[in-house]
Formats: sequence, C-alpha cells, structure tokens
Amino acid sequence: MSEILLHPFVLRGILAGVIAGFLGGYYGGFVVQRRMSFLGDGLAHVAFGGIALGLLLQFEPLWMAIPFTILVAIALTYSKEKTTLEIDTTIGIFFAVSVALGILFISLNKQYTSDAFSYLFGSILIVSATDLLLAGVFALISLLISLFFWKRWTYASFDVELAASDRIAVASDNYLLSVLVALSIVISIKLVGIILVSSFLVIPSASAKLVSRTFSSMTLLGIIFGASSSIVGVIISVLWDLPSGSAIILTQALIFLLCVVISKRLS
Amino acid sequence: MNNKPIKIQNLSVFFGKFCVLKDISVTIDQGDFVTIIGPNGAGKTTLIKVVLGLINPNEGNITVFGKKPTEVPFEFVGYVPQIKTLDRTFPAKPIELVATGLFGNWKYKLSNETKKKCEKAMEMLGIASLAERPLNRLSGGELQRVYLARSLVRNPKLLILDEPATGVDTITEIDFSILLDNYLKQSNTTILMVTHDWEYAFHHSNKVLLLNKRVISYDSPKKIFTEEHLHKTFGHTGHTHTMEFIIKKNE
Repeated sequence: MSEILLHPFVLRGILAGVIAGFLGGYYGGFVVQRRMSFLGDGLAHVAFGGIALGLLLQFEPLWMAIPFTILVAIALTYSKEKTTLEIDTTIGIFFAVSVALGILFISLNKQYTSDAFSYLFGSILIVSATDLLLAGVFALISLLISLFFWKRWTYASFDVELAASDRIAVASDNYLLSVLVALSIVISIKLVGIILVSSFLVIPSASAKLVSRTFSSMTLLGIIFGASSSIVGVIISVLWDLPSGSAIILTQALIFLLCVVISKRLS
Repeated sequence: MNNKPIKIQNLSVFFGKFCVLKDISVTIDQGDFVTIIGPNGAGKTTLIKVVLGLINPNEGNITVFGKKPTEVPFEFVGYVPQIKTLDRTFPAKPIELVATGLFGNWKYKLSNETKKKCEKAMEMLGIASLAERPLNRLSGGELQRVYLARSLVRNPKLLILDEPATGVDTITEIDFSILLDNYLKQSNTTILMVTHDWEYAFHHSNKVLLLNKRVISYDSPKKIFTEEHLHKTFGHTGHTHTMEFIIKKNE
C-alpha cells in the first residue's frame, strides 16, 4: 500500500503541497491580519478567467492566469488606496466579472473541456515537473524577498499609519504583497483547485493566530500547519482514492479545531 | 540654516474640493510644548499628519528640522496615535511594539541588547512588568504608556501626540500627564499635542494653537483662553463649564 506513495506523481503532489502550504502559510498571516480573507477567493476566481482563456487559445493555462491575476491584484490594491470603495466590494466585482469571462471562454471552446474541471477542483495528477520547478523557484524568490519585507509588511499590518510615519513605503509594499499573494494562489491552483485554494491563505494562518502570542510565531506556525496539512492530505487522498483538495482542506480544518481547543485552554 | 522643529508657511490642505486647512502659518521652537485645540473637524489630526509626512499639503510649505517631513529621519520624531485605532487582535507583546521605536520596523526576534533598551523605557513609565503580556490584555491606560514608551525609547527631538487621553479614565489621564511632565524636565524635546482638555493645555503647555480650519490664535495659554478666541474657534462659549474655566483662568 505504501509503495504507491513513492510514485513520482505522488511525490510531486506532496512536494507541490508543501510549497503551496509554505506560501499560503507565509502570506496568509498578512491576509488574515489585514482582514482580507476574501482576497484569496477573489483572486482564485480571477485566475479562472485566465485559465479558461488559456484553454480556449490552447496556451498553457497557468501562464495565461498569472498575468491576468497579477493585473487584477494590482487593480484591487489601487482601488483600495485611491477610492472610497472597501476592498471586499472591489473583489466582489472582479470575482463576478472574471467568472463570467471564464464561463464565456469555456462555452466558446469547442473542444473537450474536462481540463477546466480539474482546475476548478484540483488534482495532484496534473502537477507536472515544470509546475513544480516554477513553484519551487517562486517559493525561493518569496523567501529571499521576505527577508527584507517581512518586518515592513508586519509593521504595516499592525498599524499602517504608524508604519508610514516611520518612513515605510506602505503603498508600494502593498502592491508587492498583492502581486506575491496572486502568484502564490495561481501556483497552488493545480493542487487544490480554484474553489478551495483560498483555504491555504486562511485556515493555517487563522489556526496559527489562535495559539500564537507573537506575529513571528504566527507566521512560522502558519507555514508548518500549511505544509504538514498538505503532506497528510495528499497521502490520505492517494491511500483512499479521495480528491486531494478535499483531503488537504479537511486536514487543515482538523488542525483548526485542535487550535480552537488549545486556545481555550491557553486563555 | 533653518532648523526649527516645525515651520509652516501659508499651508492649505484640500480633500477633493473640501478645504480642511486654510493658510496655516506657525513656527514652533525647540523645547516648546504646543497644544492644538479646536472643535471636531477643525483639521487638528490632519495638521499632525502633514507634520508626520502622511499627507502632502496642496499649498504652502512645511519644514521639520529644516527638511521636508518625508525626508526627516524617523528617529527624530516620536508619534503617539489615538489608542482607539489599534487593532487589538494583532498577536504581539508590548515589548515588540516598543522595539519599533528603535528600528522603525517590526523585528522578527529581539536581541538581549534591544530588550534591555526597551525595558529601560518601559521601566521609566512604570510598565516594565507588562513587557511580555499579550497586547490584547492591556487596559487603555497601559496601552497608552506602551505607545509613549515606544516614542521615548528613540529619544525623539519632536514628540507628537494625538488626543492621548481619548478612551482612558481621568486618573489614568492625570498619571499620563505627570509621566510626560517628568520626562520633559529631563529633556529638551519639542511637543505637539492635540487635546480637548483646556485645563491640561492651560497648565502644561507654553503655547496653544487654536484651530478651526485656519489658525484662530497662536500664543501663550494666558492670552489664548479668552471668551473672544474661544467664540471664534468653537462658534459659541455658552456652556457653564467654559465660562467657569475662563473666570478661573483670569483669577
């Protein structure tokens, strides 16, 4: 039974899950603390528009989704900075428009569209070696960037005005954070699918927040919860032939419940 | 070289077409303790944000220690915001917040040397025992002192406080003013404070800026608190306590 876990596609899935868990746990701290949990859902559905266009044009869907999602992430940040609209309102608009475009592109596609469904629900079977390499490179770049920006993003997450008064370039930092969150979402889509990808940004970090006394420990625990739930989830999905996205997210939910119990005891 | 802590000339700020500050000209000298008083919507917080470099004026000039506000090194200025703006769900310890006063950003881990410096500032304000307590378990008064410790740990040349008494009880407010007075005795820090407390402004500051979109008057407290000035600033002085304050001041 355990031999199946050594298959290359399973190992690729586990590795991709660890990378997605790392990215989600890392950026999720900022997303949760800034009350932008809906951002993950919104950007994932924006990516759907890009993926559907890629499928229609017979171009690698993720390569189409990346610029699509980044552009919207920038537009969302711009709208937050420059208009009186709340970010959830703007996300709601882009969310609906992108899904509408996605459905339109799929309906225009005369070829078989099962691919679109694997992007919606995710599957470790569709994680290629190239996807893994792309995700790995991005995670590494994220890590390098974070060495400089973590302290700035954290300070602005605590109090944006206080950070700005200490000469932190809050506006440009926010654009960078949005772009990196968008990329981490697109990269995680193949594994858990569009519908569930935002969980990587929300559940591990929310769990970590319940049992953390500092933001640095929240970040670290968020990464650990994100990566470990991916490993456990992928293994469960392979052993019992379950959808990988569901298995991962239900594992995350279990961790969340444990953290709720622990936090009650801590308080 | 002009190195006055704050020099403002003909400064105006508009939010769209709405005028928030009009033709403000004020100079603040080193060691001055200036309180800003005015009704709600008078532009007090906006003026502070212009000094901090958070809002760019539409007209006029402002220099802080001879530089544009955004070019002033962060450690020159200590800022105590209104505590009601704090997100209490943020997982942090008070000592981490105080450390932002030293570095101008959030440290992943504090070194022993940093901890010592922060603890010293917290000890000065009587809150050393709170260093490791979760931020969300502090009272309003304790939090106010943490913010003050954060500003004082950097030995600022200019200390800016935005309604520090908002949301705290009277006794805590008095304790806070004693702490501030004690600090001022040992330093030559310039202070700019927004307050609604006239008594406090009268007894503690050496200059008062009466503001209602434009400067109504800027002078010593004794000259500022007249019926005429207060009427110009607030539109009326009909309340009993206002008249009592003016009579008491004249006595």
